[in-house]
Amino acid sequence: MIGQTLRNREAEFIVFRNRLVLVSLAIVVLFVLLVGRFVYLQVVMRDHYHTLAEANRISVVPIVPNRGLILDRNGAVLAANYSAYTLEVTPGKVQNLEQALDDLGQIIEVSPRDRRRFKKLIEESRNFESLPIRSRLSEIEVARFAANRYRFPGFEIRARLFRQYPYGEIASHAIGFIGRINDADLKRIEAAGSNAKYKGTDHIGKLGIEGSYEAELHGVTGSEQVEIDAGGRAIRSLARSEPVSGNNLVLSLDINLQKVAEEAFADHRGALVAIDPKTGEVLALVSKPGFDPNLFVDGIDPANWDVLNNSPDTPLNNRALRGQYPPGSTIKPFMALLALESGKRTPDYSISDPGYWTLPGVQRPFRDWKQGGHGSVNLYRSIVVSCDTYFYGLANDVGIDAIYRFMTQFGFGGKTGIDIDGEVPGLQPSQEWKMQRFKQKWYSGDTISVGIGQGYVLATPLQLAAATAMVANGAIPVTPHLLREIQDSRSGARRPASFKARAPFNIKPEHLKLVQSAMADVTRPGGTAARAGAGAPYAIAGKTGTAQVVAMKQGEKYDEKRVKERLRDHALFISYAPAGEPRLAVAILVENGSHGGATAAPIARELYDYFLLGKLPVRINRAGGDIEESD
Amino acid sequence: MKKAIDAAFSLVARRLDAPLTATIVLLVAVGIAVIYSTSGGNAFDRPLGQLRNFAVALTAMWLVANITPQQLMRLALPVYIVGLALLVGVALFGDIRNGARRWLNLGFVTIQPSEIMKIGVPLALAWYFHKREESLRIVDYAVAVLLLAIPAGLIMRQPDLGTALLIFSSGFFVILLAGLSWKILISLAVAGGAALPFVWGMLHDYQRQRITTLLDPSSDPLGAGYHIIQSTIAIGSGGLLGKGWLNGTQGQLDFIPERSTDFILAVFGEEFGLIGIVALCALYLVIIARGLMIAMNASTVFSRLLAGAITLTFFTYIFVNMGMVSGILPVVGVPLPLISYGGTALLSMLVGFGILMSIASHKHLVAS
Repeated sequence: MIGQTLRNREAEFIVFRNRLVLVSLAIVVLFVLLVGRFVYLQVVMRDHYHTLAEANRISVVPIVPNRGLILDRNGAVLAANYSAYTLEVTPGKVQNLEQALDDLGQIIEVSPRDRRRFKKLIEESRNFESLPIRSRLSEIEVARFAANRYRFPGFEIRARLFRQYPYGEIASHAIGFIGRINDADLKRIEAAGSNAKYKGTDHIGKLGIEGSYEAELHGVTGSEQVEIDAGGRAIRSLARSEPVSGNNLVLSLDINLQKVAEEAFADHRGALVAIDPKTGEVLALVSKPGFDPNLFVDGIDPANWDVLNNSPDTPLNNRALRGQYPPGSTIKPFMALLALESGKRTPDYSISDPGYWTLPGVQRPFRDWKQGGHGSVNLYRSIVVSCDTYFYGLANDVGIDAIYRFMTQFGFGGKTGIDIDGEVPGLQPSQEWKMQRFKQKWYSGDTISVGIGQGYVLATPLQLAAATAMVANGAIPVTPHLLREIQDSRSGARRPASFKARAPFNIKPEHLKLVQSAMADVTRPGGTAARAGAGAPYAIAGKTGTAQVVAMKQGEKYDEKRVKERLRDHALFISYAPAGEPRLAVAILVENGSHGGATAAPIARELYDYFLLGKLPVRINRAGGDIEESD
Repeated sequence: MKKAIDAAFSLVARRLDAPLTATIVLLVAVGIAVIYSTSGGNAFDRPLGQLRNFAVALTAMWLVANITPQQLMRLALPVYIVGLALLVGVALFGDIRNGARRWLNLGFVTIQPSEIMKIGVPLALAWYFHKREESLRIVDYAVAVLLLAIPAGLIMRQPDLGTALLIFSSGFFVILLAGLSWKILISLAVAGGAALPFVWGMLHDYQRQRITTLLDPSSDPLGAGYHIIQSTIAIGSGGLLGKGWLNGTQGQLDFIPERSTDFILAVFGEEFGLIGIVALCALYLVIIARGLMIAMNASTVFSRLLAGAITLTFFTYIFVNMGMVSGILPVVGVPLPLISYGGTALLSMLVGFGILMSIASHKHLVAS
């Protein structure tokens, strides 16, 4: 019978008691089971869970070092750091980014420009990276966001160090800029094994001093072991190794001189390199137009990028290092030295210049820039009036191989070794070169053009400056450089930068003297840059030059007014001053500036006036037609 | 004067069971210490809140202990009927909070009627079996099962699986102790086992997930599995001796969710180790042993069934909570008795102990 009925109280109690005993046993068994489970967790698996717990709570956070400052030779800060609040987003943590940004826009200002810049950043980075959407938040904005933070998962306010370039466009090509680390940078960092150093760093030097001295500027990343809570927030520090700030760099640049130089260019495009002829220190390095490096620090927005990148003026191109131009008549002082050194010309030897020169056996004449010619011209005068005819014959007499050997001693056709990246070597042509490049033999006619700095020959403004310095200093090669001293961030000790130069070579002092004095006469009445030198209480030794932009048929007359601005010749001027004891050597190129004496030389004058006399620019009228003008 | 003090002391203490009271106070004190630790070791609002909860619950316990079992028996049916009516009310008009309809707004106060049934169901069943003493038939068990199934079913529908399970087991314990034959129990168990797939079908998604998560916590490490993973890490890393009071890292650093309520054992296990857990189990065993002793010595069917069921339900709480925190049972919202932070659970627990004490202290009166 299933329905067991108990009528007996005693029997019922006995059943109750039995069941209670049974249940008690069950309880004991279950407790043993539980304790067994805890023994398993806490004794058997204790180490396993201990490890997990430590991993849970300890996080190693990198501490980014302060980037070293960049100073000019007088201590003016060219690249500074400042800390500011940024609002950062990890896109991977946000479900609907567009919506979130719209919502954010109602709390703090997010301009369309910020959004475009951010979009570009997203395209360039990985999903789990924290990217800035707004920087330089005000205290009020920080507070307002903090109050609404719960609405924005994946958004975080961070205090970050920023780079600032107080002078903006001034010297931007020399200083360079830092930008966010991109994939290419990352590969370089990995290849160099510097991954640990760059943990937590999201900017890297991209160009100029910022780029080439990245290793000095970056510093050593510190780290902090912090205890974190389940939300990833740091609770307290367990151990800390301090970061070491990057070293400060003192440049040879004189920012005031630089400013004068850039202003002297006005709206012209071009480049200027001013170096100390004794040491090779670069005091000014101009490439116009420039750009505002501050735009790049936090990722440039597409609008600004398009302007910089697509402008026909190529503001991002560093013309001083990367612009390759025919040196034109600025090559003549060097050719004159070659003439004397090789013995092919004596100082007294004169030619009678009819205004053209013909290669024996060739019908077509090579024309002088001056119709009708300069009359009787010796070596000295050939420099002062920039007589082409003199140098046609000279080039033919010395030959291309001698020209190549001699010019490379002055650094033409090779990199100067300046301490920022991107320099190009220019071109000093030779027979071998032409054979390799064009599979053609060298013709005598090729040599004639090279003799006046046209044809195949190309030089950068930097090379011209370095070569000019050698004319000024007695043919001692110098390596142009921007770094003067490195100031150690820990000890504060300054260690001077040193740069190896090419081995010096011998040039007879009297030959050098002759060329130097001819160059000094270039800026005096009768010279091609007489107007630029007019009234100066010091002597400028210089040489004007014109570089053809469009090749013209020999015999065709160059009509300046007819040629559109972009097709006008480039104006060049190399110089040093004071002529007696040179303190500054300058090479100037003004793109489409027509005549060196008219547009390039006055810039040099403003520079010297400031550098030697402390005089701020007195604008020289550059518009008028100069009778002595140019070659 | 001395007489007056003695009289007052006797008034307060004569219905209280000394070993039970002492152990309860000790456990609640341990609980408050752990709650203090879970609030970072510097905030007092939670520990003080729990102290206040304890004061209220203790008063309730004392009041209940002073009610005679006969009076309790008379209250049994009304409590059950009112509780059932409220549960129906919840099902019809209840407020929805966190996706479950558990609360009933009576205009002046919002209550969770399932809490009343934690006492109401064993009370009613014990009363029923007492009434049917000496004339128990199979049909009585059927009625008892019905008395149990209706509220349990309503609560499960809310849905509140944890409470439904606890209320079901409290009623089941009464029926078990009342002497339902093993054959029926076993066939019911088999039938229940066969019904599992259907029950699975009735479960809500989140309930199913809790069960699948138990089988493989790593399947959802940031969602449902997070609780289990983090609590086992905390307990396991505590080791034999624990990291010391206030020194647990996992609990202090917010890794354990609900660390002052349902998952407080994880913090306790981390800070006091296996030694602490064994000691805790020993204290619980003292209470259970004392409760079973009271049940054994109770003089009426009502008393002994009620005392037995209350004690076994108390154990069920402990087992389910410890099993859940250590990762051998699914995560159901069951607090650790006397330790977890929370007024309601503590109140219903101590009302239960009040009933035990009433039974213990009134048995001679009944006998005479």
